[in-house]
Amino acid sequence: MADRVRIKAWAPPGHVRAPWYLRGKAGVIERELGAFGNPEQLAYGVAAARKPLFRVRFTMLELWGTAAESPDDTVDAEIYDHWLERLAPDAP
Amino acid sequence: MGGDAAGPVPMEGHDFALWEKRVDALMVLCSGAGLFTVDGLRRVLEDMGEDVFENHSYYERWVMAVNQNLIEAGVYSVEELAARMAEVAKRGESYGEAASG
Amino acid sequence: MPHDHPDHAHDHDGMSPSGHPYRVDNDGPLTYWQQMEIAMRELLIEKGVTTAAAIQAQIEAMDARSPANGAAVVARAWVNPDFKARLLADAAEASREMGFDIGPLKLIAVENTDEVHNLIVCTLCSCYPRNLLGLPPDWYKTRAYRSRAVREPRAVLEEFGVNISKKTKIRVHDSTADMRYIVLPARPEGTESLDEAALAALVTRDSMIGTGVARPPE
Repeated sequence: MADRVRIKAWAPPGHVRAPWYLRGKAGVIERELGAFGNPEQLAYGVAAARKPLFRVRFTMLELWGTAAESPDDTVDAEIYDHWLERLAPDAP
Repeated sequence: MGGDAAGPVPMEGHDFALWEKRVDALMVLCSGAGLFTVDGLRRVLEDMGEDVFENHSYYERWVMAVNQNLIEAGVYSVEELAARMAEVAKRGESYGEAASG
Repeated sequence: MPHDHPDHAHDHDGMSPSGHPYRVDNDGPLTYWQQMEIAMRELLIEKGVTTAAAIQAQIEAMDARSPANGAAVVARAWVNPDFKARLLADAAEASREMGFDIGPLKLIAVENTDEVHNLIVCTLCSCYPRNLLGLPPDWYKTRAYRSRAVREPRAVLEEFGVNISKKTKIRVHDSTADMRYIVLPARPEGTESLDEAALAALVTRDSMIGTGVARPPE
């Protein structure tokens, strides 16, 4: 059973790699990709902590609601751990 | 930008000019030398804002971003760049003339 | 005054390797951005960060990369199931195995099937597997493609002349981190007798991005 996550609805200024259209949206972890230097720190020339990276899969229904062309089509994006809230399996 | 409404995808392509290929090469070489990261380039590009995206070509934005990162890395100063740019401009009207100083 | 035209070493009947006419920038009026490039390049050379030779070598290395490299990888995967398995497990390693110098590229190949059609985009910037396929097409970097590919991929694909059945799901990959994606397009019907080189000729750049499919045999 794949882990369900929600992208945090943070809205900081500055360089982040969580696209706006995914903020606050729920998806499932498709796979873990390993740990990499946090690009949000690398962008400012400071030493970067290594952070786990996950491929998260979202349905078009989740992202666009009734505007979705085809609700079961999906978008995969790679998101760092600090942007993810873990959801209970049956959470909405 | 993802998910915004937008018009049809413009299909025209162009081949790259020499100066654009040089910008690309300098980006690869300088980031490879550890002077900055791709993340630093992206951050500078993002900070330029929407207007710059609309009004400047890809490699115009990239030359600005590479330059900004090099200045932040202390490779050269704004003063050195300014002096050299002024000297380059005096060499001639065309890219070919200006690039052969 | 002599000026260098290193690109002329790559002329193909006056056209660049991509098949487009060369931009005539050496005779146009000097722009501010070109001034900046020249100044920056000269300062970098004078300060010993790089050399003119290294810059030229990098330009040539990038010019040598093209969708033909990706097409060769796809064609091998079509004819060789073990290679295909290696490609799907680690596309960077599989590309290196074929002799392509792709540097530190973290490459993932995603396979098109009857069930799934893959489409690659980078909404945040314009990340692309350059070290295998060469520089991305201009359209890939446009606001229109980057905005709409994640919202209405089927409408975008229609603009590219690609119609995906409702029975097939579209899976859009937004390259938000360091991974780069290449689509392994479906092998066209009626190609059983073709060798690798003939198969590679059917693999278009767009089919490896997902905005196209491989060409049918003649």
